[in-house]
Amino acid sequence: MNSQHIAAVSEAGDARTDDASTEPASEPSRTITLSVNGRRQTCQVSERKHLADFLRQDLALTGTHVGCEHGVCGACTVWVDGVTARSCLMLAVQTDGSDVRTVESLALDGGGLSVLQQAFQDHHGLQCGFCTPGILMSLTELLRDDPEPDEATVRLTLSGHLCRCTGYQNIVAAALDAAAKLRAAR
Amino acid sequence: MKPPAFRYHAPRSLDEALELAVALPNSRWLAGGQSLMPMLNFRLVSPEHLIDLNRVEGLAGIREVDRAIVLGAMTRQREIEFSPLVRAQLPLLAEAIHWVGHPQTRNRGTIGGSLCHLDPSAEQPTVALAMDATLSIAGPNGRRELAMRDFALDLMTSALDDGELLVDVRIVPWAPGHGGAFVEFARRHGDFAIISVAVLLEADDGGRIVRASITLGGVAATPVRVAAAENCLLGTRVAPEEIDAAAKCCAMVDALGDPQVPAWYRQRLANTLAARAISLAHSRMKTTRS
Repeated sequence: MNSQHIAAVSEAGDARTDDASTEPASEPSRTITLSVNGRRQTCQVSERKHLADFLRQDLALTGTHVGCEHGVCGACTVWVDGVTARSCLMLAVQTDGSDVRTVESLALDGGGLSVLQQAFQDHHGLQCGFCTPGILMSLTELLRDDPEPDEATVRLTLSGHLCRCTGYQNIVAAALDAAAKLRAAR
Repeated sequence: MKPPAFRYHAPRSLDEALELAVALPNSRWLAGGQSLMPMLNFRLVSPEHLIDLNRVEGLAGIREVDRAIVLGAMTRQREIEFSPLVRAQLPLLAEAIHWVGHPQTRNRGTIGGSLCHLDPSAEQPTVALAMDATLSIAGPNGRRELAMRDFALDLMTSALDDGELLVDVRIVPWAPGHGGAFVEFARRHGDFAIISVAVLLEADDGGRIVRASITLGGVAATPVRVAAAENCLLGTRVAPEEIDAAAKCCAMVDALGDPQVPAWYRQRLANTLAARAISLAHSRMKTTRS
């Protein structure tokens, strides 16, 4: 393992370096410090590595999925500084100083599902689950910004995501149900 | 795929960015990355150096200067979408921005990036041409200004010289009471547009059109102002037959054809969408007597 070039040095000590051996020795890299799911990390990262690969390979946060790698499918959607972004269209080095949140941050402290995640389970809002992490991040942003979204707004948010299993209907039902439950809990 | 190897640079000031561009061979500016990053991942481009503009001070933001709205090149599309100033002063841009990609890409994508990338189907260059935007450019030989019509040279080709950088875009709002409309057709919302039409109309107190702007996006290699269509409306009260004549002019524009969308289809769409956009813009005009 070529830890010299890609060693992800986490202050929490839980980062992985399983991709290190695939990087050529001459790969330019730089050190970044960022917060991922509320935990500060300082890492050495290849300059050309996109954020999704960095999260998956260097930090072992494999909840973020890599689909098309050109910004169309939405599977890699995460939060960067409080708003959604395609993590395949950002370089990891660009997130130096940023606050990044991934699907792993959604579960409750005790490990239970968030209201939205539970609604996905209740409404069969996923089948294979490949697109789900990105959709959860986008819908969590929507429900934060708009507590009373109508169906059209939910569908507009989902237009940035491809799901080949569900036909979207159950995802829409889950989002509207989660919005209602969150309002009732307020 | 993964991008080819490059060196990454993150300057903090405009001067530093411009110096880097002169010093580094085969470099590209990185703005919001919503077009350049896919091109890198596809390996359609392989620059030796990426100069990231995201940390350069003073390139982002929307402000009013001498009754014009100045948008910094690094202003995110999401900021434009939610800007009260843009909604009040540049409703055409506010309407068009909803057609740009998806909320998730508008969070990162910038107006300057779109104007310099010049995808023929992109909305922001179409609005910039429709509103006669002025582009402020910085380079190794100082500043210069260019009108949008002189900036978009050809398919994905701007008038920026080596080492030059778009700094901001100045747009003068049309008079209060004008009507505008941005209409687009894509197979799914958020897809690249097949064509789009931007229309602005301004009338005198009697409801006669004194100023008109009709622009087609996605039809040709760059956005096209259709002066003949504008002339069909000037001096009229925009009767149905005048809308029809103007729309027919839009169908005469030399159109791009590709295996999925032949040129004749783009021209047919230009006719239909132009008529729709003119009617909508006309219905939104507020004249004192009409």
